[in-house]
Amino acid sequence: MFAQQLANALTLGSVYALFALGFTLVFGVLAVINLSHGAVFMVGSYAALVLVTRFQAPLWLALIGAMLVSGGIGLLVDVLILKPLRARNAPHLIPMIATIGVAIMLTSAGQGLFGAEIHRFPEETLPAGELVIAGIHLRALEIGIVAVAFALMALLFVVLRRTQLGRALRAIAESPKAAYLLGINVEGLFHLTSFVAAALGGVAGVLIGLDFNAITPQMGQPILHKGIAVIILGGMGDIRGALIGGLFLGFAEVMSKAYLSSQMGDAVAFGLLFLILLVRPSGLFGRVLERKA
Amino acid sequence: MNMLSLKNVGKHFGGLSVLEDVSFEVPAGSIYGLIGPNGAGKTTVFNLITGLIPPSSGSIALEGRDLVGLAPHRITRLGVARTFQNIRIFPHMSLLENVMVGMHRHLAYGPAALFFNTRACRDGEKKAKERAFELLSWLRLERKADLLADSLSYGEQRKLEFARALATEPRLLLLDEPVAGMNPSEKAELMEEIRAIRDRGYGVFLIEHDMRFVMGLCQHIAVLNFGRIIAEGKPEAIRSNPDVIEAYLGRDDDAETQP
Repeated sequence: MFAQQLANALTLGSVYALFALGFTLVFGVLAVINLSHGAVFMVGSYAALVLVTRFQAPLWLALIGAMLVSGGIGLLVDVLILKPLRARNAPHLIPMIATIGVAIMLTSAGQGLFGAEIHRFPEETLPAGELVIAGIHLRALEIGIVAVAFALMALLFVVLRRTQLGRALRAIAESPKAAYLLGINVEGLFHLTSFVAAALGGVAGVLIGLDFNAITPQMGQPILHKGIAVIILGGMGDIRGALIGGLFLGFAEVMSKAYLSSQMGDAVAFGLLFLILLVRPSGLFGRVLERKA
Repeated sequence: MNMLSLKNVGKHFGGLSVLEDVSFEVPAGSIYGLIGPNGAGKTTVFNLITGLIPPSSGSIALEGRDLVGLAPHRITRLGVARTFQNIRIFPHMSLLENVMVGMHRHLAYGPAALFFNTRACRDGEKKAKERAFELLSWLRLERKADLLADSLSYGEQRKLEFARALATEPRLLLLDEPVAGMNPSEKAELMEEIRAIRDRGYGVFLIEHDMRFVMGLCQHIAVLNFGRIIAEGKPEAIRSNPDVIEAYLGRDDDAETQP
């Protein structure tokens, strides 16, 4: 039973981590808390849903399509909203407020287009079958979710750690001005980061949509709060922190639902988070809270 | 042959004039110094050259090519690198990574290269790493290549900044108060490093406060006071120029009021 819950926790946690990774990437590189990340997550799942139901696309193709659609929205938000604010040297709360506006727009657009009711992927489009290892039942779907989430996260880690692109992004996170004067196209990498972060958010949306098989225009809100909690827990802007924080939150939520109270799962998980932050206010790996101009 | 030339450059912020009619030429392969009292507009000159702010009037050219209106990263790519008065290294990256960041334009980078061009990508990385080691060794930092940059002493951080600036493969290196806050032995060491950089064929243009440092190091000096160039020439001529002495030491008012 515990092992079964552990598998569930890993599934949920890996998606939380994936979501939080995009969130923290934008904060680290652009120094913006992008509160439209939850709405972009919702857009991702609707995009996949439309591709699967209306265009009969296979799931893998729908996943890629959802990435492109959400990534495109992330890029648009950066080009149309964040860039002009940067050019005007807007104080840091302004872009955050602007992204709340984007979130509201996207959510109500979702409601207008699809209605407020719950949408589901048709049963026959979901991967069937399950794997039984030592009495634990692993749905093919769950294995797929964990595999996709970890593959994307691994890719991001390798790019950030081992490539010149990654070094440039980390350099911007430490000092955009110095990076700029070293010949790095900072604006271009801001756009790229916005695209990639939103694409990861969109994939997370598809994965959660599949896991619970429920898609609504409001689904971005709770995960946004969880994403904020995860990146604060992990240390703002810290990639490892987002991974570990995401897994931790998934674990805390699943375990408290399973063993304490199915209604109060979130309350327990967030209570735990609060306790950790009392001990380590800058998060597990926190150090980027203050950044140099 | 002049490397960098400024002609009638002016800069005002609103009604406040910071630079007026500034003209001088930095020759290739030498160390050129711009000195002047605090607030004379020295850093503004660097900010104009590197494209951080546009001049209000006048022209700035690198080897005959107009720089005005180009974005900073374009100017870097044309061969101008700079360091800052306040050290701006990347403290949580290793020395090697700090230098490699500077090689941005010389590395094919990106996930596409990673997947479709692994061979070229790996070769590029290897070459970049070797070059980064070489640059660190020029500044005698190669033994600390894998340490995080914030573990370095102040003087070493400045040297790392030099290495990182050189990684952009510039022809002209701009140094903004390179010895600010350094102790005398660090100053002497940096003086040697700057000479060595010049001897490797780079043009060096520095802003400095420390007169003795500038006099001992530069072949040519320009003096900026209240946004205007008041003297230009070799160190000996600058040292005895009455306008310069007045700018630095103040006017002897008593002498002037004598009948």
